[in-house]
Amino acid sequence: MLGLTPAEWDAVGLSLRVAGVATLVSLPFGILTGLALARGRFWGKSALDVVVHLPLVLPPVVTGYVLLILFGRRGPIGSFLEETFGIVLAFRWTGAALAAAVMGFPLMVRAIRLAIEAVDPRLEQAAGTLGAGRMATFLLVTLPLALPGVIAGAVLGFAKAMGEFGATITFVANIPGETRTLPTAVYTALQVPGGEASAIRLTIIAIVIAVGALVASEILARRARRRVAGL
Amino acid sequence: MTLEVVARHEVPGFTLDVAFSAGAGVTALFGRSGAGKSTLAGIVAGLVRPKAGRVVLDGEVLFDTVAGIAVPARRRRIGVVFQEGRLFPHMTVEQNLLFGRRFRSGSSGREGMAAITELLGIERLLDRRPRTLSGGEQQRVAIGRALLMDPRALILDEPLASIDVPRRAEILPYLDRLKREMRVPILYVSHAIEEIARLADTVVVLEAGRVVAAGPAADVIARHGLPSLSPSEEGVFLLATVDRTVAGQGTILRHAAGELTVPVVAAPPGTVLRVRIHARDVALAVGEPGRLSFRNRLPATVSGIAAGDGDAVTVALDVGGSPLLARITRDAVADLDIRAGSRVIALMKAVAVEGY
Repeated sequence: MLGLTPAEWDAVGLSLRVAGVATLVSLPFGILTGLALARGRFWGKSALDVVVHLPLVLPPVVTGYVLLILFGRRGPIGSFLEETFGIVLAFRWTGAALAAAVMGFPLMVRAIRLAIEAVDPRLEQAAGTLGAGRMATFLLVTLPLALPGVIAGAVLGFAKAMGEFGATITFVANIPGETRTLPTAVYTALQVPGGEASAIRLTIIAIVIAVGALVASEILARRARRRVAGL
Repeated sequence: MTLEVVARHEVPGFTLDVAFSAGAGVTALFGRSGAGKSTLAGIVAGLVRPKAGRVVLDGEVLFDTVAGIAVPARRRRIGVVFQEGRLFPHMTVEQNLLFGRRFRSGSSGREGMAAITELLGIERLLDRRPRTLSGGEQQRVAIGRALLMDPRALILDEPLASIDVPRRAEILPYLDRLKREMRVPILYVSHAIEEIARLADTVVVLEAGRVVAAGPAADVIARHGLPSLSPSEEGVFLLATVDRTVAGQGTILRHAAGELTVPVVAAPPGTVLRVRIHARDVALAVGEPGRLSFRNRLPATVSGIAAGDGDAVTVALDVGGSPLLARITRDAVADLDIRAGSRVIALMKAVAVEGY
């Protein structure tokens, strides 16, 4: 189909894997951070807000470089991970997933935070009078009611992860089969004479995936909204 | 059950400073909006933390600023029915009803469910979602949800306020049954006299954050008359005992000031009724009024005339030791020369008087 070369299929598959892992792994953290920012009252909340939003405003190359400094094999976190768990992120697809997750995180948290803020706190209060603790209230009341926003956040994070370029190429370079994701593959194709055909094929794939993700999220969110609206 | 509450709470522009105790049955917190009723209910439920105070339920200290005790709402086992119901929109009625059960070890699944859904007339709604229910149905489900957590006490915070007036009458009978059939003590917050007259055993009257009257409903009604809070509804309650029912006339009640005739009430002789008398339905006569269609004539002493603007004034009367209000024009006051201490006859049409 579309006459993709094996290398191009590699890039598409890798991008889906990177974006999927980045979204799934960051989602629990995104929900916790969104909850903390929406309902928490603690010292350093503004600082957390700023840190979460940094990747949105920093040049992606800078974010990638910071990741390289921290998570590189000689970086403080990177060397710890390698020595303790044998996990290497630099110049691996897992590093690409980390970069994608970091870049998508602010968008994901923003959507989740707004959704949690929109949940009527009086319902949570009612759950409390019925004997529910904080955890039960969150899992049984707040989270189900915020679900459409959580889905939207996950899709935003996934889309951002699919398209991530600057931080990825800075942190994990552009290694065919390992870190050459769809955007870096398009970029690479455009660097060689006669690569336009490959770039166009990959671009079409990117559009298809993006539209597919949007449609899927809309279906999920509609279902969740209907449930939340109690219809 | 005994509930003791002492609380001082301050928010900008409002100070609550109250102390009251309540026994078994229905205790009504009565007062106009802003009097502090809901804040007080929130303090008992554990949803509002007062600046200073003490809440004791059946000997267990739930809150005490001196001793540093503050039991969180979820451990108080006090069921709360809020004005707006607050049902969980993403759950069915049944899931809502059973919500509190999840956190109560010991009470298994659906025990008592059938009895309570039958009591509240919601057994056919179990599969529905809250959004598809009428306001009255939602409130009945909310009451069921609170009851099914097996509460030590129930707080009903203006449960009828968000329901259209004609629909309220559909719920009151359920509240009556709730009161009669469930042992659970109830704290009933309301500014609606009809609800209180019908349900309360004990009444606590709040005004601007203070308790102005408290005690058994009969005493508070006799002494205080439960003056209505809105001018158009101005009026009081009298307590009177059913004597006999006469065909073509109505039910005759005995009161310290004399006999009262009201539309037929299905209650056995000896029953003490709460009789609602609107100020606008009371006329005054000086001397023997002669032949009139006013069936109720009680000798009264004027205890005061409320200052006010407009053409009408409210005259406060003493009928056999109970308060009574009459709304008459300034012109009538001048013409009859009514002043504090005047002896008058209070006239009321039998059909204008409602007995509960």
